[in-house]
Amino acid sequence: MSTPVLRVRELSVTFRTEDGPLSAVDHVDLEVTDQEVLAIVGESGCGKSVTAMSLAGLLPRTATVEGSVELDGVELIGADKRTLRSIRGREIAYIFQEPMTSLNPVFTVGTQIGEVLRIHNGMSRSAARKRAVELLKVVGIPSAERRVDDYPHQLSGGMRQRVMIAMAVACDPKVLIADEPTTALDVTIQAGILDVLRGLRERLGTSIVLITHDLGVVADLADRVAVMYAGRVVETAEVHDLFAQPQHPYTAGLLGASPAAGRHAGTHRLNEIPGLVPVLAEQPDACTFADRCPRALDTCTAKQPLLDQGDHQVACWNPVREPVEV
Amino acid sequence: MPENALELEDLVMHFGPVRAVDGVSLQIRKGTVVALVGESGSGKSTVGRCIVRLLEPTGGTVRLADADITHLNRRRLRPHRRDVSIVFQDPAGSLDPRLSVGDIVGEPLRLMRRRGDLPAEQRDIPAAVADALRRVGLRPEVAQRSPHELSGGQRQRVSIARALISSPRLLVADEPTSALDVSVQASVLNLLADLQRDLGFACLFITHDLSAVEYLADEVAVMYLGQLVEQGPRERIFGVPAHPYTQALLSAAPVPDPTTQRARQPVLLGDDLPSAIDPPSGCRFHTRCPVAVDRCKTEVPISRVIGAGGHQVACHLVADDGTGPDVREQPVDRGVTA
Repeated sequence: MSTPVLRVRELSVTFRTEDGPLSAVDHVDLEVTDQEVLAIVGESGCGKSVTAMSLAGLLPRTATVEGSVELDGVELIGADKRTLRSIRGREIAYIFQEPMTSLNPVFTVGTQIGEVLRIHNGMSRSAARKRAVELLKVVGIPSAERRVDDYPHQLSGGMRQRVMIAMAVACDPKVLIADEPTTALDVTIQAGILDVLRGLRERLGTSIVLITHDLGVVADLADRVAVMYAGRVVETAEVHDLFAQPQHPYTAGLLGASPAAGRHAGTHRLNEIPGLVPVLAEQPDACTFADRCPRALDTCTAKQPLLDQGDHQVACWNPVREPVEV
Repeated sequence: MPENALELEDLVMHFGPVRAVDGVSLQIRKGTVVALVGESGSGKSTVGRCIVRLLEPTGGTVRLADADITHLNRRRLRPHRRDVSIVFQDPAGSLDPRLSVGDIVGEPLRLMRRRGDLPAEQRDIPAAVADALRRVGLRPEVAQRSPHELSGGQRQRVSIARALISSPRLLVADEPTSALDVSVQASVLNLLADLQRDLGFACLFITHDLSAVEYLADEVAVMYLGQLVEQGPRERIFGVPAHPYTQALLSAAPVPDPTTQRARQPVLLGDDLPSAIDPPSGCRFHTRCPVAVDRCKTEVPISRVIGAGGHQVACHLVADDGTGPDVREQPVDRGVTA
């Protein structure tokens, strides 16, 4: 196994809110190796976006971040502003779900892509523009020479997301964090964006942290998957292993909840997970999924299960070991 | 008695220059679920809003059971309101935050009482509300709560209870699960399937989520830029899709299984959806269609039956026996340009 590009250790995030503290991420360990696509999966409120934002130091000041995030050996948690500024955009880049609100409406896309290059690489205006055209081609925008002078509103949603990706990879970052990159897009557009992301990994060697709730997108793009629930990683495995043999009851429940091809309500029933994701002031010494879990034992409410060792890790006192039919 | 719960004939809805719906004809047989599928801007939600007469159509006919409601005014529409209900995507935005859940769910009954056509068995409105809540899997005590105290899934159940309390013959469900998480989505889809089976209403299920369509629908109608391109029984649309757009749509939706998914080749259509203000001539899909020929640019394809169960398609390239090109078998360049 090669050395990880990104190594996250014991990452915890707590927010100060009017109603008191809110624990969003609890002792998360993650590793991303060279050219790897790591998907972080979970439902609303599981902490996947907060984890992603803490990797790039994007959380607001109400957040307390503890633990360690090392990018190629450089510690990012607690780093000074100058270090962060030189790393963000150059070493680690971020694409958001909503491309319209992340682009500036009053500048052309060429100017916005060029700005990244001029700041980080000290390129001249004309060199930056030339590189912007090349980048638009990399992300599959037709007639890039003309499109480089377009304003964001002149582009479709899919094109805008391609521009966002071009901006993000302008400085050839080691790690690209893609936070629900296709959620706002139609499926025919999504297919194209997934293709671009795949191409980046293959051509530029970028590692990707993919945040998504869409198991189809995970199946399409990820090498490894970390499943989060209520701020904790509950299972992590190589993608084929995870889908073939989910071991955490929550993972198995999620897989069974998505309608599969050829299944109709007349003959099949979707798996339901009763109850809600808990909102936690502090993380208990127990499994936070226990009260929704069909396999819960007495131990589950008495002691927190930790991730076991190996390639396929699960944090569960009573994991699913028998083959499941999903 | 007519056998269709709904008949749309050449439905047209224009907003100024925007031709959102441009000639949609569709029937829903009693007690069946028809999914109306399409991407953003296809006009599928506008069709739904015309059916419940939140919009007055620019042209064509909307017939509920045996009544033409296309142009009825508010007063004359009122007796028909109870026959058709709608559930929206965003339950937070469609429930009045100032009312209790009980008031929201009971409102259709109070309106019926005012008109004097409240059925005898529902005269005790609080009891009828409790029944309706129980039917959607909520405890009757929820009636005292405010919508904001509920989770997204519970709110969507409240919307469904309100929609069904008047025993409509047709339910229009407009992306009812799209704002919900997968596990909650599953419970709402199961609930809709159970209610539909038990109560026997017809349903127009408007969605972009093809896996949910396969789970819930009996028939599928595929919409592109204001028009239907293909419709037919679920097994045929998923098994032998004939229109290149349907084929592309099915190939683009990723399936949650890495082995299967990685063996598939999505058809990439390009990102530029044409505008509904100035839709392309001929077949509206020709600008993105991988197999379009010259005829597609000039001549509008007419929808015709090509197979069992009323499987219809509007494409010049599909023969009368349903044979035609499959864009999923066309060579595609998977690499991005360097």
